[in-house]
Amino acid sequence: MITKEDVEHIGWLARIEISEQETVEYMEKLNSVLDYFGQLDELPTEDVAPTYHVAEIFNVFREDVVEESLPQEDVLANTEHKQDGAFKSPKIV
Amino acid sequence: MSEAKWMSVAQVREQIRNNSAEEVTARYLETIGKSKLNGYVTVSEKAVEQAKEIDSKGHDGPLAGVPIAIKDNISVTGLPNTCSSKILEGYVPPFNAHVIEKLQAAGAVILGKTNMDEFAMGSSTETSCYGPSLNPWDPERVPGGSSGGSAAVVAGGEAPFALGSDTGGSVRCPAAFCGIVGLKPTYGSVSRYGVVAYANSLEQVGPLANNVSDIAVLMDVIGGYDRRDSTSIDRKIAYQEALKDDIKGLKIGVPKEFFGEGIDPAVEKAVWDSIHRCEDLGASWEEVSMPNIPYALASYYIIAMSEASSNLARFDGTRYGYRDKGENWHSMISKTRAEGFGVEAKRRIFLGTYALSAGYHDKYYLKALKVRTLVKQDFDRALSKADVLMAPTMPNPAFKIGEKIEDPLTLYLSDVNTCPINLAGVPSLSVPCGFTDGLPIGLQVIGKPFDEATVLRAAYAFEQNTDHHTRRPPEVA
Amino acid sequence: MVYENPDGVKIGLEIHVQLNKLNTKMFCGCSSKYHDSAPNTHTCPICLGLPGALPVLNKKTVEAAIKVGLALEGEIAEETQFHRKNYFYPDLPKGFQVTQYDYPIVSKGKVVIEGEDGEHTVGIWRAHMEEDPGKLVHIGSIEKSKGVLIDYNRSGMPLIETVTAPDMRTPKEGRRFLDKFRNILEYLDVFDGNLEGAMRVDANVSVYGGTRVEVKNISSHKGVEKALLYEIMRQKNVIRRGGKITQETRHFDEARGVTIGMRTKEEAEDYRYFREPDLMPMKVSDWIPRIKETFPELPDAKRSRFIEQYGITDMHAKSLTSKIMLADFYEGVCKEGTDPKQAATWTADVLLGEFNYRDLVISSYDGSTIGCINDKDHSITNSVRVADMVKLISLFADGKISDRAAVEVVRSILDGEEEKTPLQIIEEKGLFKAEDDLVTKAVSEAIAENEAAVQDYLGGAEKSLNFLVGQVMKKTKGTADAKTAREMLVKELKG
Repeated sequence: MITKEDVEHIGWLARIEISEQETVEYMEKLNSVLDYFGQLDELPTEDVAPTYHVAEIFNVFREDVVEESLPQEDVLANTEHKQDGAFKSPKIV
Repeated sequence: MSEAKWMSVAQVREQIRNNSAEEVTARYLETIGKSKLNGYVTVSEKAVEQAKEIDSKGHDGPLAGVPIAIKDNISVTGLPNTCSSKILEGYVPPFNAHVIEKLQAAGAVILGKTNMDEFAMGSSTETSCYGPSLNPWDPERVPGGSSGGSAAVVAGGEAPFALGSDTGGSVRCPAAFCGIVGLKPTYGSVSRYGVVAYANSLEQVGPLANNVSDIAVLMDVIGGYDRRDSTSIDRKIAYQEALKDDIKGLKIGVPKEFFGEGIDPAVEKAVWDSIHRCEDLGASWEEVSMPNIPYALASYYIIAMSEASSNLARFDGTRYGYRDKGENWHSMISKTRAEGFGVEAKRRIFLGTYALSAGYHDKYYLKALKVRTLVKQDFDRALSKADVLMAPTMPNPAFKIGEKIEDPLTLYLSDVNTCPINLAGVPSLSVPCGFTDGLPIGLQVIGKPFDEATVLRAAYAFEQNTDHHTRRPPEVA
Repeated sequence: MVYENPDGVKIGLEIHVQLNKLNTKMFCGCSSKYHDSAPNTHTCPICLGLPGALPVLNKKTVEAAIKVGLALEGEIAEETQFHRKNYFYPDLPKGFQVTQYDYPIVSKGKVVIEGEDGEHTVGIWRAHMEEDPGKLVHIGSIEKSKGVLIDYNRSGMPLIETVTAPDMRTPKEGRRFLDKFRNILEYLDVFDGNLEGAMRVDANVSVYGGTRVEVKNISSHKGVEKALLYEIMRQKNVIRRGGKITQETRHFDEARGVTIGMRTKEEAEDYRYFREPDLMPMKVSDWIPRIKETFPELPDAKRSRFIEQYGITDMHAKSLTSKIMLADFYEGVCKEGTDPKQAATWTADVLLGEFNYRDLVISSYDGSTIGCINDKDHSITNSVRVADMVKLISLFADGKISDRAAVEVVRSILDGEEEKTPLQIIEEKGLFKAEDDLVTKAVSEAIAENEAAVQDYLGGAEKSLNFLVGQVMKKTKGTADAKTAREMLVKELKG
């Protein structure tokens, strides 16, 4: 069971602000889903290897050849927050 | 010119030859203009212009002048790409997805971008920031999801076909609910380059169309190796060549776990009728057991949410999209993400973050990957005895808008028959196989990896010998 | 002699090295040559982390990592893969960094350095590949920042992060390790240390009675000694005063030479590592034989060979091999028939000395010319041709010019006359050694004109001879060889 504190911690890790009231709502809904996930414990999997990808292929590379970059104008086109060719953000902390 | 609705690609091409691509595109745009389905979130201003250009250059290319609708998580240069999320408000990608390049090279005309569940997280389009799309068969019901907009516009006659993406059923579910055909290709057979990731190791772009042939036409265009996608696999598949009305000797496996508790009796009957119809056509069937299928849903959701929690971290308002105010960067992004993501997206980010976090990684994430191995082994075994598996795509017909959205678990359970396929990476197609109370039912045809040919042949033969796919929804008032 | 390490200092380093010799970034085709470019001009959907863009690994990154691993005498993993390290920072456009976690490409290596008490082995725990974040510029200072400007040109550059064991015991050993490590990387031709941000170092430091403190943001190999000295002193003082060292991360302020405690985080980070699903794992250990075939000679081996092959001193060999480009230049000079010992003296003592005096660091060697740039002002560059060095040494060896004149030529070349040949400079400055009869004439004149000095000398005042030598030099405008002039004077006066 996850607690209110857990929910707050996850919210911080995920950088999603949540209100006091939301924390309680999240806790209930998340617990009902986690409870469902818990059914996996029934399956013994000690000797089972995890599957990250169904078709495990190895060694996918590209050659070290230069391709065209985007024009600076296109790079910055999706934000109003820019200055001197750079993205602009509030101070970090 | 006759009405530009529900035409096959062959018919559309004939219309283009007889009239012009411009005229055909204009007709579709007219239908779109009158629609109340909320299928499109962006209609391209450039569609007519594109069609004119194709008219002027002559109609070469397998899809010359043929209009198509694109799910709003597939990047098209110059068209907003919002994934139906407020957080991507105003974002216009400066590049094309691989599948879009392929479509444009084939001469297709992009009509617009279609509604979806936010970041493909849902089975109903109800999590979209634009509100749900409506099911053309009953506007009080959902079209399925997450590619619900794509399915609604095809079923509603607003596009001859469309692209969607399928992470846990997102092409097949809306295809089933809207009475059309949808394919989730083998993992690695269609490039994901330019498709906004929900769960990278599970999803593929897939086509939605009025009939099986058009699915094959589209796959011949969008399928194939792409060096920009490291998970792309170089295997040639001849899709259209597979379309033969002959399933004599075809071995069908029927996994009983796909007919589990909660299945609608009408769905169960329609699917069994379909299997018997195949038997009449010379196929044989046998029940197979896939004991780990009941665990697939939990495994699927843990993996998808974990990957998603990381994929969605880039949406922070710093470079594009919605941005809230904050006294510093961390508070700015925390508010941006709180405001920009919808409830379901946030829920999944929370669950995924938790499943990967210190102390829980092995209990949830690693465990889910191990269960994925067991599920895949079930498919390997079942498909070693059968050429294809047949099962209901969805356990129920389309549900009412608002019916399931409040309880996440209930909503997740609608993916019970579709998500195991994504865990195994195998191809699966949903084809109309009946109706209940005027609502379509989908038959799921599942194949071996890269054996889309057999899946398409089985579905094509079934379709040629049934008439479910010829039924059209009533005019939506 | 064994170094006792009285304070129990333990230093471990984490070194981020940019593989800036590659043509392109780690996962996209953007050019790696962004260093003098406007912000955000070397970016694309992939290194900007735009939704839908996917990474494809630059093969050369892996080759370079294997080279580094072999040079560090480490083990190359049979199978290796990438993970995502999830955290939020404005320089990180995807909200995660693609890095390696439990399957690094290199593990268990070592580097032997000159320690406080002779040869000292520094263990290498691991070396792995990862992508560089973008670059942040704070508007105002970092503490009183009004905002941040972000440039993603650097985003996605390939890095090798190397983690050492805490085997270094003094700041000097820390610097020596870094010097050696940097030298090795340059020998491997994977890295140009002169480019901005090419090498960034974090240090873990502890002393007896304390705990490990991480010092971040040591931006150069020169800063490391300063940072370590400060941090060790700080920790010793805290303990001396009866305080406790807390496990923390400190920031090195290079300008002030101090380490500053960062505001403690409200909550511990949790990076939620998981395998990068957009990249496939690698099995590359079978590349090792091919890479070994073309493996360059490393500094230690070259140093030994120089001593053996050229008969030069260990001091010279060490100095000449301290930079691959200098070693190549030296061999270029030798190849032209120059006496290797003379070449060593003129390259290691004179040329390198003049470089250091001018803050010039060697930046290139193309087989015929060695180039350098001013360390403090990269717009100042200089170069010396092998052919010119060969000619200069031969003129000196043939007695055509004095050693002082030869040094003068080297200085002229470095002070803006690199276009001219030594002969041109010698002629323009009249540096040819005076002909013998000219010197004979000057000796006679000096004796005739300085009666008093001659008498003093003959009376036993040796220093008067120096005065007479000076007169000869003056009359020959410095072209006479001082030693010859002295001999001739003595011969003339004492018969």
